[in-house]
Amino acid sequence: MSQLRKTPLWDAHKQLGARLIDFGGWDMPVQYKAGTIKEHKAVREAVGLFDVSHMGEVYLRGPRVREAVDRLTTNNVAAAPVGKAVYTLLCLPSGGVVDDCIFYKRSDEEFFVIVNASNTAKDLEWFREQTRSLCEVVDVSDETALIAVQGPKAIAMVDRLAGGSLSGLTSFTFKDAVVAGVSCVAARTGYTGEDGFELACPNADAPRLWSALLEAATPLGGLPVGLGARDSLRLEAKLPLYGNDLDDDHTPLEAGLGWAVKLDNRDFIGASVLRAQKANGVTRTLAGFKIADTERAIARHGYPVVDRAATPPVIGTVTSGGPGIYVGGAIGLAYVPTAKAVAGTQLTIDCRGKDVPATVVSGKFYKRS
Amino acid sequence: MSYPSDLRYTHDHEWLKAHGASWRVGITQFAVDQLGDITLVDLPKEGDLVTKGQRFGTVESVKSVSDLYAPVSGKVTAVNASLKDAPEQVNAEPYGGGWMIELEPTEKSEIDELMNADAYSKHVAAQ
Repeated sequence: MSQLRKTPLWDAHKQLGARLIDFGGWDMPVQYKAGTIKEHKAVREAVGLFDVSHMGEVYLRGPRVREAVDRLTTNNVAAAPVGKAVYTLLCLPSGGVVDDCIFYKRSDEEFFVIVNASNTAKDLEWFREQTRSLCEVVDVSDETALIAVQGPKAIAMVDRLAGGSLSGLTSFTFKDAVVAGVSCVAARTGYTGEDGFELACPNADAPRLWSALLEAATPLGGLPVGLGARDSLRLEAKLPLYGNDLDDDHTPLEAGLGWAVKLDNRDFIGASVLRAQKANGVTRTLAGFKIADTERAIARHGYPVVDRAATPPVIGTVTSGGPGIYVGGAIGLAYVPTAKAVAGTQLTIDCRGKDVPATVVSGKFYKRS
Repeated sequence: MSYPSDLRYTHDHEWLKAHGASWRVGITQFAVDQLGDITLVDLPKEGDLVTKGQRFGTVESVKSVSDLYAPVSGKVTAVNASLKDAPEQVNAEPYGGGWMIELEPTEKSEIDELMNADAYSKHVAAQ
């Protein structure tokens, strides 16, 4: 068996009594002592700390980097102002998704990119292949740690540790900052549906930053949060997960991410397919659904969506699903025929041999007030 | 981790404890730790017949769904109805309030084949 990779915070997780699992080759905390439900609620009501150092970090640099970035990204990343963080998809010529990621525009000649852990190697290869000689591709994943601080108390807490230098940072912007004495890139981004920061710093400084954040968070009712709650939080906020809800077989338009696809006067990889799909409409759509508490059922990844009157009866597939920890009942996402993706539509999901009714809901399951 | 010595155990991480003419069935601390927070427990009805090794219910945690396998064949004589609204009792007290069903075994000898705490500890250590 190959050795699992460890983040620079692995010892801290052990000390905190985390339960570690193999997550794409990384030995990662799935939960700490409090458990997933308490960790989930801590993020909704106070603040949670996440070690997401397994994610990949890449610099794209050079005088022609904007041309390269414009070719790679569905969103209008290249033209964004300096200091802006932009969520975008990377597409194949077929319109299928290579990855979803955030580009941070540091200058007209430099972008910092954070990519999914499971896609880091693939994305690097894609960047090198597709940017050709237009820019330099520098992988800093192995030396960069990433800590997410999320929840209603996150902003004030981190701002205090940064000497008040981060209060002016608006949503989806970033800056170089010093937090608890550690130099890092602080971005007002996240993957939980809450306000918060993601802090990228050198590996060697990560344990110091983590313990300072934990010390500040604990009296506020904060907790360290594992990957279990990271998944349940992002699902409540209807944020897609690559490998579940996004893959090379579905386009961003089918996934409901049209807002991150800017087609006007642009020619990025996959644009022609997406342009046609936008004009003709998509035949399948990623729909959010809710299962009432009284059904006592949870629909999970891979469960079929069925129409017993149709031949064949399988009309779609659940891509993500689980208990709605903060919103109640069970929630999930499924690709279904577009006509069935309308809010209020009744779906039937085959939950391990039992047909369970589900209702399509539009928008996020959880929206912060 | 140590396991109560007055219980019998299965390889599927269930425990049994004599309760009158029946045997009370639940899942072990090891199973609970593996599952994480339990959000739903689906159990048979009183009077149902179960067959050793066959699925008699399911436990859903935040992350996963797991089957419960009948440790012995027999009739369900009681069901812990309180788990319907409070599945978290399984996490809190796996050997107490988190019990699941009571079974009246058809073949008493099937009880004798179950593991004691020592054997179960070794089984868990080998996982």
